[in-house]
Amino acid sequence: MAKSKKIVTKTLFHVLIILFGLVMIYPVLWMIFGSFKNNREILNNSMQLLPNIWRPENYSTGWKGFGEITFSTFFANSFFVTAIATLACTISSALIAYALARVKFKGRKFWFVCMISTLMLPSQVVMIPQYIIFQKLNLVNTYVPLILPFFFGQAFFIYMMMQFIAGLPKELDEAAIIDGCSKYTIFTRIIFPLISPALITTVIIQFYWKWDDFLGPLIYLSRPEKYTASLAIKMFADASSTTDYGAMFAMSTLSLVPVFLIFLFFNRYLMEGISTTGMKD
Amino acid sequence: MAKNTGGNSLKLKKFLNRDNTVGYVFALPFIIGFLGFTIVPMIVSLYFSFTNYNMISAPQWVGLKNYVRMFTEDNRFVNSVGVTLKYVFISVPLKLIFALIVAFLLTRKSKAVSVYRSVYYIPSLIGGSVAVSLVWKQLFSTKGLINNILHSLGMARISWFGDEHAAVWPLILMAIWQFGSSMIIFAAGLTQIPASYYEAARIDGAGIVKQFFFITLPSLSPVILFNLVMQMITGFMSFTQTYVISNGTGDPNDATNFFALYIYNQAFKYFDMGYASAMAWILLILISLITFIIFKTSSTWVFYENE
Repeated sequence: MAKSKKIVTKTLFHVLIILFGLVMIYPVLWMIFGSFKNNREILNNSMQLLPNIWRPENYSTGWKGFGEITFSTFFANSFFVTAIATLACTISSALIAYALARVKFKGRKFWFVCMISTLMLPSQVVMIPQYIIFQKLNLVNTYVPLILPFFFGQAFFIYMMMQFIAGLPKELDEAAIIDGCSKYTIFTRIIFPLISPALITTVIIQFYWKWDDFLGPLIYLSRPEKYTASLAIKMFADASSTTDYGAMFAMSTLSLVPVFLIFLFFNRYLMEGISTTGMKD
Repeated sequence: MAKNTGGNSLKLKKFLNRDNTVGYVFALPFIIGFLGFTIVPMIVSLYFSFTNYNMISAPQWVGLKNYVRMFTEDNRFVNSVGVTLKYVFISVPLKLIFALIVAFLLTRKSKAVSVYRSVYYIPSLIGGSVAVSLVWKQLFSTKGLINNILHSLGMARISWFGDEHAAVWPLILMAIWQFGSSMIIFAAGLTQIPASYYEAARIDGAGIVKQFFFITLPSLSPVILFNLVMQMITGFMSFTQTYVISNGTGDPNDATNFFALYIYNQAFKYFDMGYASAMAWILLILISLITFIIFKTSSTWVFYENE
């Protein structure tokens, strides 16, 4: 009797959790199915999830973009900016994390505090002068302002990698020195390969952030052929007086595809990364 | 001669291998970036905040005028701070409570649980995107899904983005919807709580609710503190959602004119760079102040293991 009661509560628990999960992802499902509907269905029939008639042509309409520029340009732009920023951020953050976590140099504490304090600095404070500086250098409407800051590490990832490096036994370094490694080759041969899970996590999270970034492109890019996908989708929604919602959702859905693919394949790294940065020790 | 160069290169090698050299070589990217992209812009920004600057003519020193204007003449600014505080103070606690409860319910290690967690994490993953903001705008439109559900439940439809009293709520809901990343952090914290604590409590006859309040909550308090501060900062900087949903206006009647959006408009729509810089500094001061208060009060509610 007790056992069957336990099974009932357990099933109930799972059903509730699944139902709640459905509610959570319903907006996403609604967008995906919406990308196959026409305006009338989207605007007047929002209670219905599945389209009456599937309209895959929304994707080709949407792909045409606006002002003679197609979404192949916008997605290529996004990939370019995201790939360089992500790579630069990952490598520079690893170098910095090694210095701050493993090398006992003068001023280490000071630079560590500086690094942590940038975590809490609202970007609005530096956004305006940065814009003015880039404008004076004639770099507005190029990708330099969107990419260059990432060559100098990002506090969030430096901190995460430091946690990771702190977990590696010091004896590894000592053994390497006996084997004739310098402090430099310790980094390239030992630390860098060993923190690869943290590197992968950094790549994933930085990819997401940069791919989604809207404020940066909004400020710096005004020529449509330079637009990234996130900016282009917003402009697509505004471009004509009557928005084609189906096509807009089609492009929105496509813009989330890379995000979902990475999520599907690298889920474990993502979860670990988020948990380690949140921990105090 | 040959011996001498050998000595020099040995010296160089020794110099290069000193901790101070190695440290600064590896930390160099950070130091350059910190000076170039944080410290110098901050100083420039502080200077601008005391000037009138429209990017066409040279900055004009006006002393504290920008700061005075903000609090005495600019009702939109005062309102913007109020709206942002309301958004942050409602959405952040609710988001963390949700994250905590779900993390607590999903502690067991099983395949199903990790799948559930991933599903609950999806909104956090995509929540910052333009795509989701566009969907949100449709869901809360006059004939949108939310209103249709309200209607079928016999309630009145609400003009979510037309009514100044309603407009901030979809944004608050969107923030709470993204409780996933906090949940993952809490879940990781939960695994660190020794099982023996719960066993002891169970022997003493404590139910699941008591266990939550007397074991889970105190043990997790350092993680809660960390999350509280980080989510608060994120909340204050919230921009994309309100920009996309209100088309950059902060309408209706400035009800969604968040701090970050107002700064953006002052700077990049009106090109009032001096005034916008002054506002950015007030934002920094406000965030620092609230962080300070949270840390000050934390001694009463945060428990560290080794105390």
